Amino acid sequence: MKLPTLREVGTEARLLLIGIPVFIWTMIPIYHMFLFAISPKEDAFSGKLWPDHPTLHNFSIVFHQQHYFLRDFWIQFGNSVIIAAAVGALTLIIATCAAYAISRLRVPGSRVVMNLALFTYFIPAAFLAVPMYRTMGKYGLLNNDWSLILAMVTIASPYAIWVLKQASDKLPVELDEAAVMDGASPLQIFRLVYVPLMMPSLVAIGTYAVLLAWNEYLYAFLLLSNDKAITLPVALGNFLAADDSPWELLMTTGFIYALPPAAVYYAFKRYMVGGLTAGAVKS
Amino acid sequence: MAITLSASDPALAEAPRPARLTPPQVWGIVMLAPYLLVFLAFVVYPVGYGLWLARDPASYVALFNDPIFARAAVNTLIFLLIGINLKMLIALFLSGFFVQQRGWIKWLSVIFILPWAVPSIPTILSVRFMLNPEWGVVNQLIFKFTGEDGPNWLNNPSVALGMAIGMHIWKSLPFWTLILMTGRLAISQDLFEAAEVDGATWMQKFRYITWPSMQTLYITCTLLSMIWTLGDFNSVYLLTGGGPADLTHVLSTLGIRYLRLDQLSLAMASIVCAMPLVLPLVYFMMKRLSR
Repeated sequence: MKLPTLREVGTEARLLLIGIPVFIWTMIPIYHMFLFAISPKEDAFSGKLWPDHPTLHNFSIVFHQQHYFLRDFWIQFGNSVIIAAAVGALTLIIATCAAYAISRLRVPGSRVVMNLALFTYFIPAAFLAVPMYRTMGKYGLLNNDWSLILAMVTIASPYAIWVLKQASDKLPVELDEAAVMDGASPLQIFRLVYVPLMMPSLVAIGTYAVLLAWNEYLYAFLLLSNDKAITLPVALGNFLAADDSPWELLMTTGFIYALPPAAVYYAFKRYMVGGLTAGAVKS
Repeated sequence: MAITLSASDPALAEAPRPARLTPPQVWGIVMLAPYLLVFLAFVVYPVGYGLWLARDPASYVALFNDPIFARAAVNTLIFLLIGINLKMLIALFLSGFFVQQRGWIKWLSVIFILPWAVPSIPTILSVRFMLNPEWGVVNQLIFKFTGEDGPNWLNNPSVALGMAIGMHIWKSLPFWTLILMTGRLAISQDLFEAAEVDGATWMQKFRYITWPSMQTLYITCTLLSMIWTLGDFNSVYLLTGGGPADLTHVLSTLGIRYLRLDQLSLAMASIVCAMPLVLPLVYFMMKRLSR
C-alpha cells in the first residue's frame, strides 16, 4: 500500500468540504421528522438532538388510532392506497393505448393529440385546480374517490403518453410489419408484441403515476373534505388546524406516509432514472 | 421471431370497416378515445368554464386593486428569477461533484436523492415545526447557546419567502442535479484528458469543454424548472400559509386563497393573469420538445 500524495489528500479534503454540507442539508428535515417520531412527548419539545428515552410508542398510538386527529388513520391510509393504485392502473391503460395509437397506428390527427397532451403537461397543475374543483362539483363527484382518481389521471397521462411515445418510436417498425405479414390484427400486435417490449417503460410510468397520486396534496385537499374520504396528506395538513396539535404524532404519521413512496422509489430507481430522465429533458 | 397468434381473436371479427380509414387506423381511434374523453371532460371543459367565469372585466379591476395580488406577482418573480437560478447553479456545481468516482460519493448520492423520493408534505411540516418561534428546535438551540430568544422566522415576510424558496430548492435540487449529471456524463472523457495534457486549469476545462456541451441542456432545464415552480403550491402554502398577513403568496396559492374567500371570479382572474408568464415558457418548451 502506498501513501496518498499531498495532492490527493487535498482533493479528497475539498470533496469532503462539499460532501458534508450536502449531507447535513439533505438530512436535516428528514432527521427532524424521524426524531419527533421516536421521541416521547416531553422529549420532543426539549430541543435535544437525540431523545433521552427513544420509543416506538408514537407508532403504536398511530396504528391503534388512539388520538382525536388519528381516529380514521387506517381508512385514510386505505384511501391513499386505493387512489394511488387506481391512478396507476388507469394511467397505464389510457397512456399505453394512446401511445400505441399515436406511434404505431399512425392515426390521422395523432400529432395534434400529442401536442395537446404535451401542452397540458406544461401548464402547472396548480393553475387547473380551481376550475377542476368547480367542474367536479358540477359532475357531482366531490368527496368521492373518483374525483381525485380522474383528476390525477388527467394530470399524469400527458407525460405518460409522451414518455411512452418516445420509447415506442425506438422500437423497430419491422416488428410490426413482420407481425402484419403473419396476419396479426393491431390488437394482437399490441398485446403480444408491443406491451411485452415496452415493459421497462411501463414499469417506470406506472411508478410515476402511483407516486404522483400518493404524494398529491392540493387536489386531494380541494376535492375531498369528509374525514372518511380524505387521503393521508390531507389528514396531515388538518393537524395544523389546531394550535395544540400533537407534533410528535403528526411527524410519526408523516414518517409512515413517507416510507412507501421512498421504498418504491429506491426499488424502481433503475427504471425511474432510465425511463423518466431520458424523457424528461431531451436536449 | 416466435410470435404465436390465435386467429380466433373475438375482437378481430368485430372491427368496423368504414370507407377511407384502414382497420389499424380505426383501432387507433378507438385506442385514442379514452384519453380524448379524459381530455374533453377534465381539461377542455374546466378550462372553458374557468375562462367563462373570468370573463367579467370588473374582476380584473378588483384584482389589480388588491395589493395582495401585486405582492404575489412580485413574490412569484423573486421565486423564479432568484430561486430557480440559484437552484440551477447549485445543481450545476453539484453535478460536477457527484460525477467524481468515489465510493462514498456514490453512497452520498443515494442519500442525496431522498428529498425527491419522499413526499413533500411531511418534510415541509417538519421544517415548519423546526422554525416555530417557541418550540422549534432552531430557536431552542439559539436559546441554549446564546441565552437569547431567536427571531420569529416565519413572521417576517422576506425571511418567510426565503424559507419557502429554500424549501423548494431542498425538494427539487436532487432531481436537477441528476439530470445535469447525465449531461456531464455524456461528454467524452478524451476531451478532458487532452486538456489535462495541455495543462488546462479547472476553470478552463469548465469554460471550454463542460459549458459548451451542457449549455442547451442547462437552459432547457432552467425554463422547465421555471414552469414547474410557477405551480409549486406546497412549498409556500404549507410552510407559510401565505402569511404573515398574506404577504408571501405566489400566483399558484393566490387562486386557492380567493377560492377560500368565496371570490371565484377573482380566483379565475388571478389564474388568467398568470398566463402571460406561463404561456411563453410553455411555447418555448413545446418548440424544443416536439421536434
